[in-house]
This record gives sequence, structure tokens and C-alpha cells, in this order.
Amino acid sequence: MTVDASGHAGAAGKAGGASLEFRGVTKRYDSGVGAPGAVNDLSFQVPAGTICVLVGPSGCGKTTSLKMVNRLIEPSAGEILLDGVNVQSQPVTALRRRIGYVIQQVGLFPHLTIGRNVAVVPGLEGWSSQRQRARTQELLGLVGLDPRRYENRYPNQLSGGERQRVGVARALAADPPLMLMDEPFAAVDPIVRERLQDEFLRLQRELAKTILFVTHDIDEAIKMGDLIAVMQEGGRLAQFGPPDEILAHPSSEFVARFVGEDRGLKRLSLRTVADLRVEKMGRPVGLPRFTPGTKLRDALAILLVADTRGGIALDEGGRPRGLVTVDAIASSLTDDPPARVGA
Amino acid sequence: MQIVAATIQWLADPAHWQGSNGIPLRLGEHVALSGLSLLLAALVAMPLGLWIGHTGRFSWLVVSSANAWRALPSFAVIGLLVPFTTLLDPNLGFILYPTLIAMIVLAGPPLLVNSYQGVAGVDRDLVEAARGMGMSERQILFDLEMPIALPVLATGLRSAAVQVIATATLGATFGFGGLGHYIVLGDANQDNGELFGGVVLVAALALGTLAMFVLLERRLASPGLAPRTAG
Amino acid sequence: MSGEPLVRWDWVGAHIGPILDRLGQHLYLAVIAVSIGFAISFGLAAVAIRRRRLYPLVTLIATAVYTIPSYALFATLVVFSGLSIVTAEVPLVLYTFILLVPNIVAGFDSVPQDVLDAADGMGYTAGQRWWRVELPLAVPLVVAGLRLAAVSTIGLVTVSAILGDRFGGLGYYILEGYHRTFPTEILVGGLLSIALAVAADLGFVLLQRLLTPWAAARLAPGVAVR
Repeated sequence: MTVDASGHAGAAGKAGGASLEFRGVTKRYDSGVGAPGAVNDLSFQVPAGTICVLVGPSGCGKTTSLKMVNRLIEPSAGEILLDGVNVQSQPVTALRRRIGYVIQQVGLFPHLTIGRNVAVVPGLEGWSSQRQRARTQELLGLVGLDPRRYENRYPNQLSGGERQRVGVARALAADPPLMLMDEPFAAVDPIVRERLQDEFLRLQRELAKTILFVTHDIDEAIKMGDLIAVMQEGGRLAQFGPPDEILAHPSSEFVARFVGEDRGLKRLSLRTVADLRVEKMGRPVGLPRFTPGTKLRDALAILLVADTRGGIALDEGGRPRGLVTVDAIASSLTDDPPARVGA
Repeated sequence: MQIVAATIQWLADPAHWQGSNGIPLRLGEHVALSGLSLLLAALVAMPLGLWIGHTGRFSWLVVSSANAWRALPSFAVIGLLVPFTTLLDPNLGFILYPTLIAMIVLAGPPLLVNSYQGVAGVDRDLVEAARGMGMSERQILFDLEMPIALPVLATGLRSAAVQVIATATLGATFGFGGLGHYIVLGDANQDNGELFGGVVLVAALALGTLAMFVLLERRLASPGLAPRTAG
Repeated sequence: MSGEPLVRWDWVGAHIGPILDRLGQHLYLAVIAVSIGFAISFGLAAVAIRRRRLYPLVTLIATAVYTIPSYALFATLVVFSGLSIVTAEVPLVLYTFILLVPNIVAGFDSVPQDVLDAADGMGYTAGQRWWRVELPLAVPLVVAGLRLAAVSTIGLVTVSAILGDRFGGLGYYILEGYHRTFPTEILVGGLLSIALAVAADLGFVLLQRLLTPWAAARLAPGVAVR
């Protein structure tokens, strides 16, 4: 099944990324058809500059699919096109140097300083040492680590969250058009994870890379993805599309169960007060006030707890725009898909 | 205490520091033989161990053979070789080859096993990260696995060196010179000064080598591989 | 040696009795040395585990002992304890420390902390925890050390031949064959001692399979010699 993501409002169109396409990609293992990690006739397109999340239960083949892009695993059939060119037609090391790679365990080299870790791929590409150093400092700053403090430290002197940031910086070092991220934030605690996710989305708004992102966590998929590929056992694609579409119209019993009974609430977290058609106000006294960026899910929670009929939606300038009610929030789910919150 | 006095006296005698049975010459023989056998063993065992560790191919061979290999007692190996090597060359086949070959055999297992384990012990996630970033297999071995394995490689080299230096003494029983010569002669002539003089010299050489390696390892170790200090 | 066969099977046939005696003596000397060495090493390891600061000192001394050539140690002890079994056994015992202590310590270190916590949490007493959890989990590395010690000791027993014909086990034939320029004797002594070492090694592998069916036999760690 091939789904085009046209009309989807992402960061597409900016110059940072490359397009990625899976065409009938299959990976068989000797242990049989339903072997863990097998992939069955996978086809989808990721437009340049968007984040595509592969999500599914363990053993569904999502990591296998990711690793076939940089050829750590070779497919049994089908092809993967990067900017229209089959990845298997390219020299493998050159291909990998054009693809950023972030894994859960980070994989920082323990015997190298943070600075030299970040400069690994530029070093392989033969950049001058001044250029490597300048790039390293730029990237450490970009991921929120002070270069002067971190450049000469070793990985074992960093916290899990700091190491994960260095991992992202390292993957970005040679400015690759495509990034592969395999459960990149799974090893850190929920608070740090949330912050890393937010920072990464902010970074992505500037960089507009094409990103293939693997997770088993549907909430992370909804938060990070412009597009989501839900995979199921046996390595089959269950559904492919923007998060709101998957939440609103699960294509099968499996997808509906996987996204959860609360998929309506999850859809609310994709919308903000700014998206809402508000009602005319009477006299706004003592009601909760919502900035335009407030997620509807949070607004609903506040209204339910505050036990009021409604709250006040503010505009960008902080002026009251109208009344937010529980009914208005509920009916917003029947409206058109929202603009992306994250991207 | 008589023995201590006799040993000091023997060591201090200028006559023992010159000539064809002098300490400098015997020390030279001992060091040359140890160094040569270590070098030859390292040239064969280390590349083999590194390759097996990197590819994972034939690792069963290292696992199953290393201990059996250690079962070759140097005393027996030297004794077994003498009749054959003297057939090839009556001179060097008697005084040099048996001990040299036995020391190569002795140095092999620690060098092979440590090269293998040092590389095989590198976290596979790191290797995959390196591969995913586009490092070639050669670069993975030389720029990632070997630096991380360095302490284990150095331990193998150190252990092989100390064993060879101590065991090369046995060569003196079978015609090789070296510092073991004094021990054999001292034992045969019941000259405790010469016997213990030889023991002191060999032990000093072995301990000196040990100390040298320890210092070298400290200097070479990457601070990133030290135990975690934070996080 | 020209004209004469490499192995004089007639000599072997005529000496089966004495050869088996030497084999028995070889095994006897090795078993005593490894047993005593293991008992002392276990004590040293127990101390090193409880008092970590002493561990480097223990390994340093064990390493220093290892640097003394076996020939020299045997010859030296003759001066003190004469041509007795003490002279033959003390060096053999001393050389086992460097192989056994680090492996025993590593064995107990290898028991995961969460397993210990779980045992405590389920109400094991300290003694029960040691017997039923720590010791069984330490067995693979302890046996790895014993394999090294057995193989090394069987090799070193041959050197005790320099103490005269009452010692040396199969090493007696190596030395006598060398002095008489009689390869048959050297081959018999050398090959049988190698066979004995290999057999001992396999015996310990089998023992470990029986003791720890959950763990595959592991490589005796090459880093055991520190």
C-alpha cells in the first residue's frame, strides 16, 4: 500500500532533506515467515523534510526496516530509494556517511572526547581539523551543550540525557539529508525524554531533515511524526498516514487497539486553542485563560477540573478572543485535520 | 644469611661481569631470546586474534584450543625439540632453536586469547554505531576496537613477556645460555652464590619488565576508558 | 640417531610398568598442588573481596612469585628443605595463586547486584545467599581458573625432575632421555604429560557442565594472568 502525504502541512519543501521511498521491501529470515524482525512487502513514501515514525509492537520489523536504509541489513526483495536512487547501488560506506544514525544505546566511543566523537564522520570525510572543530562547536551549541564545557570531556562523564544530545549532534555532523533514529529517547527518564523530544522538534523546524524514527511508544509516535507507519506482527504495514488520520480512522481492529481507546483524547493533543472556533463571550470573570499554543487536551483537562462552563481563548497579543467550551473542544474532532503542533 | 652474603659476593665480583660467561653477555642472550620469541609470537598470534575477534569467525577455535595449547609444558617442548633441531643444525639446533621455539609456543596463548577477547569484548552497539556512520571494517578495527582493546592487548603482551623471561631459564638445562646458565651451574656445583645470583638477576629482569609494562599501560590508557566518574 | 627409529616401541613395551608409575606420581604431585593452591587461593580471594584495598597487593605478590623461574625456585628450596616433597610442592602451589585468585574474585564479582538484592529481598540469610546464589553463579569463572591452574601445574611438575629421580613424574623421562640422547624417552615423557594436561582440562569442562547446566562452558579468561 502506498500513501501519498500531499497536502500535509509539514516542513516539506525546505531544502534540508532528501526524499525516501520504500518499494515492496521484504526481509525474510530462515526461521520462517513470521520470524521476529521479518519485513513483508513494505511500501511508503516520505517526502523530503518530514519525520516519518515507524511504530509497532516488538518483533514487527520496524528496526529491520530502518537498518535496511543504511544497509546494516540487506533486503531480500524490493528497493529503497533515497532521492530517487536505490541505496543498494551506492558504495556502502559513502552511503552511510550521508545518513545520520542515532541509536538507543547512543554508541558514543568511550575512548574519544565528546568533541572527537562528534567529529567522527567529518574526520572520515577528510575535513580539515579547523573545519571539524568549528562544526563540532556549532553542533554542541545547537543541541544545548556548552562546547567549552563539554568538548574535552569523555562520554563516561556525561549523564544519559547529555549523551543522547551528543548522539544527535554526532549524527548531524556531516549535515546528512536523512537521519535514522532507533528509539533515540527510550533510555532516559520521562521528564528528560519530554525535553529532548521538544528540543529535537524545535531543531527540526530549523534543519528540516528527512527523518525515519523508530519507536514502540504510540504517544511518542503521535508527538514526533508528520507521518506514522503502524506496523504489525509479520512485518506488514497496517496503516500509513498523518497522526490525526490514524487516530480518527484506524484502518483495522489491530490499529484501533494499538493506538488505544483514548485515541480521541490523543487527537486533542494534536490541536491547540488557536485551531478552535470560539463562541462569543458574555462577561469573562474568573475563568481560566488559554494561550493560543495550549493543546486542546490540556485545555479540556483544566476545564474539567476547574468545573466551569468555559475558559477564555487569548490571541497572540494576549487579548481575549472568545470562549472555549467543552462542547466546542469535543466538536473540534469532527473538523478538518489540524495544523501540526510540533512541526 | 650466609646465602645472602654469598649472593652479594658473587654479584659484586668483577670477574663475573666480563668475558664469555659474564653477566652482560648472559643478560644480553636472555633479553635477545625473550624479545625475539615475543616478537615472532606476536607477529603470528596478535593479527590472528584481532581478526578472529573482529569477524567472530573461528572463535570456537580460540575457545577450544587456547587451554590445550597452554598444556604444552615448556620443559617438555624444549626436550622434545632438541633431537630434531640438532639434526637440522648441530650448532644452533642445540643451543638456540629448541628454547626459541618453546618460548614462541609459550607466548602464543596469552597473545592470541587477549587479542581475541579484547576485540570481541568491545560493545557490539558501538561497532554497529560505527558501521552505521560509514566506517569501513578496517577503520572499525583500527580506530575503534583496537584503542578500546588496548589495555587487554597490553595485559596479554605483559603476561607473555614475564612468562617468557622467567621460563627461558629452563633453556639452560638444555644447552641454551642466558641467565638460567648460572642457576644450572650453581645448582650443579652447589655454589649458592652463583645459584642465587642467577635467581636475583632473572627475577630482577622479569620484575623490571613487569614494571615497565605497567608504566607504559598507564601512559597509553585513554582517560575515557577509566571507570565512570559521573552520571 | 641415524638408522635408529624415532620411537623404540620395544623400549616402551618393556617399561610400561615404570611409565604408569611415573604417570601416577605426576598426577599425585599435581593434585596435591592444585588442592592446596585452591584452598589458599580461596582464602586470599575471600580476603580480597571483603577488603578491596588489599586486592592489588595480593595480585602484586602473586605476580612477583610468578616472575621467579620454576627451575630457580626448585633449586632454591633445596637449600632449605632438601630433596623432599615440600621442595617439590611449594613452588607448584605458589604458582597457582596468580591463576586462581583473580578468577575467584572475578567469579564473585560477576554475580549481578540485582540478583543479590532479589535474594536479600526474599529473605535469604547471608549464609544461604552465599551457598545458594553467590557460589553457584561464581562457579564458571572459578572453574575457568582451576582449568588454567591444573594445566599449568601439570606442565610444571615436569620441571621438578631436576630434584632427582624421586620427583618429576613424567618429567623424569624428558630429562633422562635428553641426557642419554634417547628421543623415545623424551617423547614418552613429553607427550604423556601433554595428554594428562589436556585430559585434566576436559575433566574440568565436564565438571562445570554438570555443576552449572545453565551456563555454557566459557573460555578460561586470557586476562587471568595479571
